[in-house]
Amino acid sequence: MSAHLTIPKTYKLYIGGAFPRSESGRTYEVATRKGAFLANAAKASRKDARDSVVAARAAVSGWANATAYNRGQVLYRIAELLEGRRAQFVDELRSGGGLSEAQAQREIDTAIDVWVWYAGWADKYLQVTGNGNAVSGPYFNISTPEPTGVVAMVAPQDPDVKGTGLLGLVSVIAPVLVSGNTVVVIANESIPLPAISLAEVLATSDVPGGVVNILTGSPAEIAPWLASHADVNALDLAGAGDLDWIDLQIAAADTLKRVLPPESGVPAPAVDRIQFFTETKTVWHPKGII
Amino acid sequence: MTIDQSVALAPASRAIQLIGTDLTEKSLKLHLDGLSGVDAVGLESRAAGLATRSIKTTSKVWALDTIIRLIDLTTLEGADTPGKVQSLVAKAMNPDPSDPTTPRVAAVCVYGDLVADAVAALGSTHAAGGPTGINVAAVATAFPSGRASLAVKLADTAEAVAAGADEIDMVIDRGAFLSGRYGLVFEQIVAVKEACRRADGSYAHLKVILETGELNTYDNVRRASWLAILAGADFIKTSTGKVQPAATLPVTLLMLQVVNDWYRLTGEKIGVKPAGGIRSSKDAIRYLVTVAETVGEEWLVPHLFRFGASSLLNDVLLQRQKITTGHYSGPDYVTID
Repeated sequence: MSAHLTIPKTYKLYIGGAFPRSESGRTYEVATRKGAFLANAAKASRKDARDSVVAARAAVSGWANATAYNRGQVLYRIAELLEGRRAQFVDELRSGGGLSEAQAQREIDTAIDVWVWYAGWADKYLQVTGNGNAVSGPYFNISTPEPTGVVAMVAPQDPDVKGTGLLGLVSVIAPVLVSGNTVVVIANESIPLPAISLAEVLATSDVPGGVVNILTGSPAEIAPWLASHADVNALDLAGAGDLDWIDLQIAAADTLKRVLPPESGVPAPAVDRIQFFTETKTVWHPKGII
Repeated sequence: MTIDQSVALAPASRAIQLIGTDLTEKSLKLHLDGLSGVDAVGLESRAAGLATRSIKTTSKVWALDTIIRLIDLTTLEGADTPGKVQSLVAKAMNPDPSDPTTPRVAAVCVYGDLVADAVAALGSTHAAGGPTGINVAAVATAFPSGRASLAVKLADTAEAVAAGADEIDMVIDRGAFLSGRYGLVFEQIVAVKEACRRADGSYAHLKVILETGELNTYDNVRRASWLAILAGADFIKTSTGKVQPAATLPVTLLMLQVVNDWYRLTGEKIGVKPAGGIRSSKDAIRYLVTVAETVGEEWLVPHLFRFGASSLLNDVLLQRQKITTGHYSGPDYVTID
C-alpha cells in the first residue's frame, strides 16, 4: 500500500441547505495565527448575501411554525452532533485560531453547553417573556412573543479574543433560532473554517435547509447589503465593532429593522438575546358572561 | 382507424401558398414529415450558450422594462373569481404603485367566462387590439386538454370573442397530432381562426398552444409549429402551463427558428409566446437574448413576442426596485396576485 495522498478540503458557503461556491467565484486565503497558509475559503459577494436572504425567507414559515418543543429537540441535536465532531473542531481551532489543545477543548465544551442551554429555552422562553395583562374591561389580554423573521448578523470577528472561532458564532446563532427566526450570518473572516464545519454539522442535523445560512468573506463588503436589504427583519451587529456600524444602523432604520449593537468579545448566553428578535403580539379576547 | 387521405382540407391561404391548391391530409403529411429532423444536441447546446450571456446594468434596465411590456399577466385557476380578475387587471395597469414609471403589461390572460369581467375592469385602458392600453386574452377550445368536440371548441371561442377578447389562446388536439392526424388538427385551427372573426369582419389574434411538453420530440415541435403557422396562427405558444415541462429555452429557440424560416420564405412575421415555468428575471432575460439572436430585436414587441407568466412580474419588479433604490427589495414590497 502506497502512502496516502492528503486531500485538502474545499471550504464553501452554506446557503439554503447546500454548499455552493461563491457566485463571484472568489476565494481568499486563510492563514494560521502565525501567517502560514491553511486553506482557501470562499469569499462571499453581495449576490451570495441576496441568495441567502431568499433562502432564509423561504425557510421562515416552516421553522417558525414548528412546535417550540420540536425546535428545542432540533437545537439539542446540533449539540449532539457537535460532540461527535469534536476532533475536527479542535484541529481547526488550534490551527486557525491559535489555541492550545486545552483551550480548544474548553471552547467546544462551552459551545455545546450554549446550544443545550438555548435548546432548553425553546419551549420555556414564551412563558417567561409572554404575559397575561391586567386590563380594566371584561377581556383576557395576552401578550406573546413571535419570531421577527429573517435576522442578518455579523459574528464576533476579533481573532485576538478567545472564543471567536466557534463559540462566538454559536452564541449569536442559537438565541435567534430559539423563537423561530432564520439566520444569515457572516462568519469570522480570519477564522472561517470552524464556521463551515459548523455548517456541516447543521446540514447533517435536523435543521431545515435555509434556516441557517453561513457566509465567509469580508463583513465590511457584505454587511451594508444585508443592513439595507428590505427583506431582512433584524440585524445583530455583535461582531461589527470595527465596521462603520453607525452607517449600518442608519441603513437598517430605513426599513425599521431591529438592530442589536456591537459587543466586545463573545456575547454571554442570555434570554434577552432570544427576546430581542421577537415581536410581541397582544390579543384581546372577550370574557364570556357566565 | 384509417384516415381518408384524399379529402380536401379547409382552405387556408398560407397552406395553399406553400403546398398548392390540392390541399389534402396526404399533401400536408408529406410536407410536415418531409421537414428535416432537429439536431437535439446542437439545439440544446445553442440554447445553453445563449443562456450564458453576461448582461450589463444598462442593458438590464432596458431588459426589465421590455419584459414587463411583453408579459401576458395570467391567471388560469379553477378558483378564479371576478374579484381575482379585477385585482389582476389592477396589477396589469399599475404593476408597481411605488413607481409610476413602470410600464404596463401587454395583456391579461383569463378563462373565457371571465373575459367580460376583465374588459369591465380595464375600462378605458382596454386596448381592444389598438397600439396603446392592455389587451384581453382568453384561453379557449377546452383549455387545457383540448378534449372536446369541434362544435364545443368553436362555441367556446366565439363566446370569448363576443365578450370582448382581443386574443384567443387555443390548444391543439395533441391526441390527434400524436396519432398522425395532422389534417384534423389543421382543420380545427382553421375553424377556430374563423370563429375568431368579429361582427365587423376583423379577427381576434389567434395564439396556438402546441403544449410541447406532450409532443415528446423536437421533431414533433417543429412539425406542430409549421402546422399551426400554415393553418393561420398569428402566434405559436409553447404550453398551457398545466403540463411539465412547460416552456424551455431549447423549445422556444426551435419555434423561433421555424418563425424565422417562415419569415424568410414569405416576409410574414409570426409571434412566439413561451408560457409556464418562467419565474425569474434572469430566465426571462435569457429568452430576450434568444429572440434577439434568432429572429432579431424587431421581434421584441408585444405583437410578436410574449411571456405567459404570473409570478415573473413580481420578480421583475423586485429587480427594478433594486436598481432604482440601490438596495435589495423583498416580497413585502410587491402585491400578491
